[in-house]
Amino acid sequence: MLFRYELEGGNFSKAGYASSEIKKTLKQLSVDPKVIKRIVVALYEAEVNVVAHAWKGEVLADVEADQITLTLNDEGPGIPDIPLAMQEGYSTASSAVREMGFGAGMGLPNMKKNVDELHIESRIGVGTNVRMITRFTNEGG
Amino acid sequence: MNIQQIQMLTEATVVCGENGQEQELLSAFASDLMSDVLTLDCNDVLLITGLCNLQTIRTAEMAEVGCILFVRGKKVTPDMIELANENQMVLMTTEHSMFRTVGELYTNGLKPIY
Repeated sequence: MLFRYELEGGNFSKAGYASSEIKKTLKQLSVDPKVIKRIVVALYEAEVNVVAHAWKGEVLADVEADQITLTLNDEGPGIPDIPLAMQEGYSTASSAVREMGFGAGMGLPNMKKNVDELHIESRIGVGTNVRMITRFTNEGG
Repeated sequence: MNIQQIQMLTEATVVCGENGQEQELLSAFASDLMSDVLTLDCNDVLLITGLCNLQTIRTAEMAEVGCILFVRGKKVTPDMIELANENQMVLMTTEHSMFRTVGELYTNGLKPIY
């Protein structure tokens, strides 16, 4: 099953909608609640990242029998130094993002912790692609 | 401790989810940083926070938090209540500070997560 959701830079009211819908879908498929939580926490952090940093983006969710692949493509400033961005506490978030309860440099580390595979590609001034794969068997993570 | 006891100890007002007041909660977590809430590896916890916006409710939804207590007299908005109701959450507000709220609940037996 393929799902697509749009994200809008700066529009925090929509951040989390895709995560919420994916959560409902995975519940219907009787995926282990612990695995669902890992998946939606990672996706929610990723959604907030796009809304916080990019101009616009999309979430693509490919739900298979034994795993989910979540791809977030955005048009935005890109990430100049991905290893630096992966460090806990490193953040370039604006004060508006911090007022939303995010922007403390925890998003990417939280995503990495919760998924089986995390792949990030970024081009400065063009955008970022994030791909996260999680298997439904409750291992790793 | 059930939600009604939490409400009485903190002199809180229940904003929505009145039907969930008998629900038992063993532990609580206090934070204004939602990314920290998303790291919690447990369910059925009380979230005590001064961060009052739609993302607080979304965070609770993803983190499987069923009850939020807003401190420092924060005002809950209609869109927050709508999302909370969709997820069968209990929302409460208290005029007390975070420090006082946490102290009252801890003294009366609500456990920390870590």
